[in-house]
Amino acid sequence: MISPPRLDAVPKVTGKARYAVDFRAAGMLFSAVVRSERGHALLKSIDTSAALAEPGVVAVVTGEDLASLFPRFGHIIPDHPILATDKVRYLGEPVALVLAEDRYAAHDGAELVEVSYEDLPVVMDPEQALADGAPLLHTTDYGVGDRSFEEAHSEPRSDNVCHRVELGWGEVDSALARADHLVETSTSYPMLYGYAMEPYNALAHFEDGYLKVVTTAQHPFMVRDDLARVFSLPLSHVRVTSPYVGGGYGTKSYTKVEPLAAVGAWYTGRPVKVEFDATGAILTTRADSARVTIRSGFDSAGRLLARDVRLTLDTGAYADNGPLVLSKASNRCFGPYRNGNVRVSGVAVYTNTVPSSSYRGFGAPQVSLASELNMDQAAEALGMDPGELRRLNLIPPGERHYPGKRPMDADLVADLDLLLEGLGWDEPTEKHQGIGFGVTASDAGAFPVSTATVKILPDGSALVATGSSEMGQGSRTALSQIASRELGIPLQKVAIAQSDTHATPYERTSGASRTTTLTGLAIQRACAQLLSRLEEAATELKGGAPTEVKAAEGMVVGPWGDLSFAEVVQEWFGGRLGELSATGVVRRVGELQELPPFWEIGTSGVKVRVDPDTGQVFALRMVTVADVGHAIHPEMLKGQDVGAATQGLGAALFEELVYDGPQLINPNLVEYRVPRASDMPAEIVTIVAQRGDGVGPYGAKGGGEGTLNPMGAATAAAVARAIGRWPDRLPLSPERVWRLMRESGD
Amino acid sequence: MIGADIMEISPEINGRQAVLTVPVRMTLAEMLRDRLGLYGVKLSCEMQVCGVCTVLVGGQPVSSCTFLAVDTDGRRVLTVEGLADGGRLHPIQQAFVDRFALQCGFCTPGFIMMTKHLLERSSQPDREQIVAHFDGNLCRCTGYAPIIEAVQDAAGKLGEVGS
Repeated sequence: MISPPRLDAVPKVTGKARYAVDFRAAGMLFSAVVRSERGHALLKSIDTSAALAEPGVVAVVTGEDLASLFPRFGHIIPDHPILATDKVRYLGEPVALVLAEDRYAAHDGAELVEVSYEDLPVVMDPEQALADGAPLLHTTDYGVGDRSFEEAHSEPRSDNVCHRVELGWGEVDSALARADHLVETSTSYPMLYGYAMEPYNALAHFEDGYLKVVTTAQHPFMVRDDLARVFSLPLSHVRVTSPYVGGGYGTKSYTKVEPLAAVGAWYTGRPVKVEFDATGAILTTRADSARVTIRSGFDSAGRLLARDVRLTLDTGAYADNGPLVLSKASNRCFGPYRNGNVRVSGVAVYTNTVPSSSYRGFGAPQVSLASELNMDQAAEALGMDPGELRRLNLIPPGERHYPGKRPMDADLVADLDLLLEGLGWDEPTEKHQGIGFGVTASDAGAFPVSTATVKILPDGSALVATGSSEMGQGSRTALSQIASRELGIPLQKVAIAQSDTHATPYERTSGASRTTTLTGLAIQRACAQLLSRLEEAATELKGGAPTEVKAAEGMVVGPWGDLSFAEVVQEWFGGRLGELSATGVVRRVGELQELPPFWEIGTSGVKVRVDPDTGQVFALRMVTVADVGHAIHPEMLKGQDVGAATQGLGAALFEELVYDGPQLINPNLVEYRVPRASDMPAEIVTIVAQRGDGVGPYGAKGGGEGTLNPMGAATAAAVARAIGRWPDRLPLSPERVWRLMRESGD
Repeated sequence: MIGADIMEISPEINGRQAVLTVPVRMTLAEMLRDRLGLYGVKLSCEMQVCGVCTVLVGGQPVSSCTFLAVDTDGRRVLTVEGLADGGRLHPIQQAFVDRFALQCGFCTPGFIMMTKHLLERSSQPDREQIVAHFDGNLCRCTGYAPIIEAVQDAAGKLGEVGS
């Protein structure tokens, strides 16, 4: 399809686009959070008297004030207190919420809250947390969250394991024993902060018996579920809306600050705004760091015989989405290769650090660093070209690389060939330069439940309603395009309402690259039903056999001639009034029974130059291949691919949250360095492969995360080829590369 | 804040003279957003790194997150809301639309204001100049490439208008 202008572009370039952070309410209170100054400690007392005496301060809420509520949240394990009670589990955890007439008074008040602690020993990484006799973060059985998550479980805790995964098939040990080549790779993927530029914020108030929340959430329906449980409200009485979201990337999946704002509103009876700066956001949610060891066996021809993977994720103080990140990491760690013998042993561990959750790629970047570097190292050991080794082993279209899952719906070898051509892999590189690349396949799409409503109004224009959020990925435009094409109505006459749990139909999530595919399918189905309704109405009005009446391309055509959609609606209702509507439903049945709904392909690579004197790595060329079946909006798709690959480059070269004891030492954008314009390669090549092999509209399948996933391994391999040593951890800071270059007698 | 020092100031904001009474510690961003409803001014890092709060004061870009409102007294302030001519987009805004130089859009007002500043000083900047000019602006969505193209596109269009 062609790429029309983005429907959100004009509001965004004129400053008119409203984000959650721009919403205000009459009588609204501002807030400031008092954060724990200890990594792990019993809360002895909180003295709020001085804060309450501060002019402008209206109230100070602490965990004790929430005793009559369900004071925690968490969609898989409801272990996360809205405000710490009894003890704190990480430095920066909210312990009190100060509410005031203006932002300055709130912050003044927060500085006057006196908290006394009794320190407990801390565990700052999984190794410490899993050691014998390690202090436990959690000893409570929290009950179970949403059972649609297989990871939900309930048990009293005797260790710091948040979640464990064991999976596999075949006979790994015997296959490794008969292998001609054994290749072992161990890597560390850094602790990251996704940095969506609009920090976490929410506005909450109780009105008409409803709890109303405006928030920067990707999945408003899941936030609704958590909030309803806190206040024992029917789901119908919680209205969560997400206007334009200022960046998501998975970091705004699931509940974050909404309960804080809601308990503030509940406590004071006034609207309450909670808004953080980037530092507050970093102290709310980060992404898992990972230690991965992968052992692979190959025969003498380079065929992969077995893979044995051990992975450990640092989940932080609370579960959030950690269990699912581990499940996904486990599903994604052995690569899209034909392999009859796989064993994965994964553990997600509680530590006294900021809780981690989803971030673009969702486990895949963490594990692909090891699994794709392992392929490169195997190629070296076998004396083979790393592209050729992958071609030999990549799963062909229609075959299963993961028993019980959907067969591969992509041509990975063709994608790899496009990538290598774009990278100039066969051309010689100069001294201190190197090229790296990778191929990944992620079980994306999440749980396939979506609904969408489409209406024809009496002037013939169309209104789409969907619970899918516009966070920059372009859903507003792409979903409108699908409705426009299905109904045969110009895009200018299609409007769309998004992400309002009262006004738009249910959407599971806006994540896992699922929107165009699954919400798109729901819209397609709604449009098909709507066209039938138009045909029925026209038949009722004008007569004719049902087989002779056909609605398409904006018209209903019958033996009696043509009627516009506007004429059908107006005549059926008897004037310029009424509307015809239909709701399309996507469930896990039929072609969507088999999970995942689609494999999200990650094919990307980079050419780098390393400064031999400083160790600084410069990206010269970046290449992405989108294997999306069908590109609904090619320009937005390319934008997603470059953006995702750039975030991968950030993790590869710059980004890392660093702890010194219980203290996070760089929770700000000065010391946590994300890619800038000057870091970008001058050459960026975006390739789109369209083979119509997805389950979505017109053969589409998801994109937008894939190109991030191989970038860590690709960059590490490129640096390895430039300097002759294999890195085993990211980011590849100048110091790290400089030391690596000098490791053995250079 | 109640009881603290307060000043009356008279800045010109987006071409209109304003008189405001503000606390001396109020930031320019808060005055523009909460007093004047100019929500195109965004806040993110709040420490002069990300550039989403960039506005022009006396023609110079400033980080309104850390610039005091009282320091705009008697000066011209331009925000992204002041660029379009009625319903017609400024050529820089149009270039950002045409080149798909935005995704979530949160950084866009800051980039547009920095582009305006750049193109006033240098009518046909090359890639290196553009990249250097954006060292104080972060974008997390686009990978910057379409933003750089949009600046070159706008420079071309403004050049045609000027010649």
